[in-house]
Amino acid sequence: MTVDTITQTAHYLTFKIDEEYFTVNVHSVREILEYSKITKMPDAPPFMRGIINVRGSVIPVIDLRLKFGMEETIPKSSTRIIVMEIAREGKTLVIGSLADSVKEVIEIAPEQIEPPPEMGTRWKKDYILGVGKYQDEFIMLLDIKKLFSIDELTRINQPCTDEDDS
Amino acid sequence: METDIYKTEAIEILDDLEAALLELEERPEDMPLVNRIFRALHTIKGSGKMFGFDDIADFTHEIENIYDRVRSGNLAVSQALISLTLASGDIIRRMVHGEEVPLAERQAMISRFQGMLQREKGLADPALSSPQPQPRAIAQDKQTAIWRIRFKPGQNIFQTGTNLARLFAELRELGECTVVGHCQEVPDLAGLDPQSCYLSWDIVLTTGRGEQAIRDVFIFVEGDSDIEITVLEDADSVGQIEQHRRLGEILVEKGDIAQDKLAEILAHRPLIGQTLVKEKLVHQSLVKSALAEQQHIRKLSEKQKEIESSDSVRVTANKLDTLVNLVGELVIVQARLSQHSTLSCDPIAVTIAEEVERLTTELRDNTMSLRMLPIGTTFSKFKRLVRDLSKELGKDIVLEMEGEETQLDKSVIEQLNDPLVHIIRNSIDHGIESPEARLARGKVKTGVIKLSAAQSGADVVISITDDGAGLDTAKIRAKARERDLIADGRELSEEEVYQLIFEPGFSTAEVVSGVSGRGVGMDVVKRGVEALRGHIEIASRPGQGTQITIRLPLTLAIIDGLLVETGSEKYVIPQAAVLECFEQTREDIENAHGNNVINVWGQMMPYICLRQRFAIAGDIPPSRRVILCEANGRKAGLAVDRVIGNYQTVIKPLGEVYKKVECISGATILGDGTVALILDPVKLMEERQT
Repeated sequence: MTVDTITQTAHYLTFKIDEEYFTVNVHSVREILEYSKITKMPDAPPFMRGIINVRGSVIPVIDLRLKFGMEETIPKSSTRIIVMEIAREGKTLVIGSLADSVKEVIEIAPEQIEPPPEMGTRWKKDYILGVGKYQDEFIMLLDIKKLFSIDELTRINQPCTDEDDS
Repeated sequence: METDIYKTEAIEILDDLEAALLELEERPEDMPLVNRIFRALHTIKGSGKMFGFDDIADFTHEIENIYDRVRSGNLAVSQALISLTLASGDIIRRMVHGEEVPLAERQAMISRFQGMLQREKGLADPALSSPQPQPRAIAQDKQTAIWRIRFKPGQNIFQTGTNLARLFAELRELGECTVVGHCQEVPDLAGLDPQSCYLSWDIVLTTGRGEQAIRDVFIFVEGDSDIEITVLEDADSVGQIEQHRRLGEILVEKGDIAQDKLAEILAHRPLIGQTLVKEKLVHQSLVKSALAEQQHIRKLSEKQKEIESSDSVRVTANKLDTLVNLVGELVIVQARLSQHSTLSCDPIAVTIAEEVERLTTELRDNTMSLRMLPIGTTFSKFKRLVRDLSKELGKDIVLEMEGEETQLDKSVIEQLNDPLVHIIRNSIDHGIESPEARLARGKVKTGVIKLSAAQSGADVVISITDDGAGLDTAKIRAKARERDLIADGRELSEEEVYQLIFEPGFSTAEVVSGVSGRGVGMDVVKRGVEALRGHIEIASRPGQGTQITIRLPLTLAIIDGLLVETGSEKYVIPQAAVLECFEQTREDIENAHGNNVINVWGQMMPYICLRQRFAIAGDIPPSRRVILCEANGRKAGLAVDRVIGNYQTVIKPLGEVYKKVECISGATILGDGTVALILDPVKLMEERQT
């Protein structure tokens, strides 16, 4: 998917990670939860923080700060978990993403979205669909399909070996 | 939508048809089976017509006609007939699935039937066939009925050497049989002649074989004995009779008591049986006999009702799954409620919580039982597989089944199908030898594959046994060396050698046949079984056969576990794997000099430290617990900080994202809403070994 595929004005949920604004189409957002204790999963990459219980279902949580090479998210009162739904191969992947704070839902027209700059951002270009403007700030449209591709998420960390095996 | 319903129904009927045909092959004389087949064909035809599948209806109509002849006794059941019908069933199945079956193929099938009819006719010609009476012609117009037999042998019956027990055994062979003995005529010890028989019996028998068959049983004792045989009623009509005959009526009818005396008693006593005995009008054992008759008929009608009601509601699997999920959530909420009410110290809240707990448990058990199906449905599919494959390979094999009624979760049964197909194919192809080879080895010509299922605790054990050649360990070893699966100089135990056949791509077959030998298969079996949280074992004896045992949990949805804690993380260890718990102090750890071993009753046992394995931060507490687990024949400990207690949990799948995390088999939600991980001890131990 590229920026050209966006042809209609749509609503976007904006949120902040560190000092930067990000946004995703509201159609991908199922709900926004307050931070709750995340159960750590062994053998998973560090940015996969673990799993939480959302009304009886188990949902994995990703830490975008770690994914983007920043420090781990330290939960604050403004920290939220954005639960997103990504349709792939007939199935829906539900995943939670940590955000330092969630802002508001805005309307962006296709002509307001520019292709991602070739350089000059801290973010891996692959994960950015385009760049928009929000209150004089640049705002990154995340390509959640790529960001949450199964290959990336299921990468296994080598388990710590049980040293001195008897 | 409606055609979908027709399709699912038609496929179910076809499955039933196939099962009935295979049974008929074993018991060609069984008329109810022929009727079942006829009914199945008739239903497929009728509903096919209704939903506009005229091709299916027309084709089925032809076969139905043939079974009409079988039903009326004009055509004998033969191997050829069954083979043709099975093949026709396959054609109908293809058509139901929406495939275009060319008219020519259908016509060819029908003309094969006709060819067979011609041949049969030739045989039935009195000039050609021996003038044997057709036994089925007599049997077929006999309806199943309930018979009452009064049997009073002559006093001297023992002197003629008659074994009465054999006689009753013969009666039992005729059908369901209730026997009540009367000993009221046995004299006092002083007057008793030990060589005389003073006993008499009342027998209630349900059989479709007719009076003559019963008379035949008594043929040798007829002369000396009083034998009264009366028909009570048609078994088919039993279910329709609203009220069964009362005890008194039975006694009157049998002439044990006069009608007027009975009426007198009835006037003031409700408990008729006891009263009659008390008034010495009827002997105790006669009442017992009448009661037994009542029971017999009642049982029969209950059975019929059960058959009627057992498949009365059709619910889509999705709805059931939703129900199970909801109940799962209810179990979690209930755990929270219990926890909270205990903390609140409010006696009313505690009582209510307990009530909810009881109801939830019942609801859960009931809901789970909805998803339980007898494994026999899957088993009967294999009959066809064995029949066709053994014919193809020129082997003589029978499939024996045991414990078909064992119940398993629906989803488990579905997923079990493929692994079982692979194992049975292997048994047929590699296991059982050709008839010549078997005879040369001094075995019976016919090979046996036995499929059995049984419940043991929270597990279901399914085993597939064949009496074939067994696994050739030398060959497996050689092949494994060739493929570098065994490290040089390492000697493997028999058990380890057997495990090698589960390696992907492993095959010792020199020739790849159409059936097996490509090496895909056993690794699929292992993965399939493990996906069901089950385990698989092999036992084999050269020349005597192989047994493959699969252990599966009863249900995939709920697990009994031990809740433990390490750092701030909570884990559940499946109770089935837990053997014992031990305390381990800092001192113990220091004494082991950095080795992860613990002294268990004088034996050094390796353990896995969860804190190390899962890289959990923090210090080991001064005293912690090591839980000794056993899985797949291996023993090892799991070191945790604290044991919280038993926990029955609903398993939540981890989803695709964490599918590669092998040592965790699922997650569960605790009373406080947080998530605990369910450990897979088997995987943890395997990891340790490599």
